[in-house]
Amino acid sequence: MIHFVVHDENDSVGVVVVEGVKAGATLTGWIMDQDKEITFKAANDIPIGHKLAIKPLAKGDTVIKYGTDIGRVVAGIGLGEHAHVHNIKTKRW
Amino acid sequence: MDLSKATFLGYKRVNGRIGVRNHVIILPVDDLSNAAAEAVANNIKGTMALPHPYGRLQFGADLDLHFRTLIGTGANPNVAAVVVICIEEGWAKKVADGIAATGKPVAYFGIEQHGDHDTIMRASKKAKEFLQWASELRREERPLGDLWVSTKCGESDTTSGCGANPTVGNAFDKLYPHGATLCFGETTELTGGEHLVAARCRTDEVRKKFQFMFDRYQAVVERHKTSDLSDSQPTKGNIEGGLTTIEEKALGNIQKIGRKCLIDGVLDKAEAPTGPGLWFMDSSSAAAEMVTLVAAAGYVVHFFPTGQGNVIGNPILPVIKLCANPRTVRTMSEHIDVDVSGLLRKEMSPDQAGDALLDCMFRTANGRLTAAEALGHREFVLTRLYESA
Repeated sequence: MIHFVVHDENDSVGVVVVEGVKAGATLTGWIMDQDKEITFKAANDIPIGHKLAIKPLAKGDTVIKYGTDIGRVVAGIGLGEHAHVHNIKTKRW
Repeated sequence: MDLSKATFLGYKRVNGRIGVRNHVIILPVDDLSNAAAEAVANNIKGTMALPHPYGRLQFGADLDLHFRTLIGTGANPNVAAVVVICIEEGWAKKVADGIAATGKPVAYFGIEQHGDHDTIMRASKKAKEFLQWASELRREERPLGDLWVSTKCGESDTTSGCGANPTVGNAFDKLYPHGATLCFGETTELTGGEHLVAARCRTDEVRKKFQFMFDRYQAVVERHKTSDLSDSQPTKGNIEGGLTTIEEKALGNIQKIGRKCLIDGVLDKAEAPTGPGLWFMDSSSAAAEMVTLVAAAGYVVHFFPTGQGNVIGNPILPVIKLCANPRTVRTMSEHIDVDVSGLLRKEMSPDQAGDALLDCMFRTANGRLTAAEALGHREFVLTRLYESA
């Protein structure tokens, strides 16, 4: 069963596509562009549609999704942690 | 899906354009004429009024856009005939003349010197005549190349970028080689991915025009911006759905233009394309505004991917909703025409999802009502460029 999807293998985040993911759950991810599967442990409860980090991200790092820059890290994000507006910010506007 | 011999059933209009609906509309030019327009539509069952809040004391480019949108709406081939009502007869005639250039039946009425009662009576007689005439028009089989299809997503979330939007992209890549006329827009919602759109422009000239439109809109944002654009881009709903930044939203948005088709031209708001291919229209990313603009440009079917569940429709343009978020498909099923949530479970391939959307497109073009049509969603929202005088 697929719990999260990743667009490209170089991306730093994946998207949870099932409801009710709890901290500690082992998640199967599908890397769509390369059609590979990976496994991660969720570090937090993560709602459907929200992201988890699949690469460790330090403050100031660029977040990559779709193989492209989607913003900067404003608070460090560990592997499997919830990645959203509390720790990522736009580089525009 | 083999589209090489694909056809649909449409209404051929005098100017050669093909519609997939046969509306008789009562079109107010300004806010003051809404009451009369709605009274006419109430008298003559089967006609439809398009009320809106604008049209007074506008000037310059903002007024030009107002007229272009109203005339374009009346000219759309999904519309069989039009009754125009305005407080002033001169402007009613201006809009009617613009629509009449298509060759379709149009009548216009000014309220001043007559009052609502007399205007409603005279306009109702004409509306009845138009409706009975339109009711005898018949659909005919037409090639796929006669179909104009637009797209815009709304209340997007991360599932839009990995499911519903790439499904539109898959369908666009399949429609493009068959001469369909396609359109996307949402200028600010390309921010962070504008370089990818620029790279897809067919010529340097098209690229330059795209960049001009993009920069023009960025200047508006820069002039008025607040922190995070006041939770408007991304929206509260986008953020609730897991989208974090405008860049992430934009990269998901761009999935709608597929991977193969090139951008053949750039349109200003509500401007009609001049040939087949994929067009970019400079436009707001607000759902009803953008869909109103592409309807005014002449598009007859619309693909609307949603994540968190936008419920929008349009009075004259059938809006097909597709969704890849299983929670939204479950909780808002009455709004969703095509469920592509299987994509994210690997139970459906991108090709199968694209074909499911195309199947729904043909059924909709042939006359099946969309969820938004059945639910009575008729959002007609005019874009304003600045304050009235």
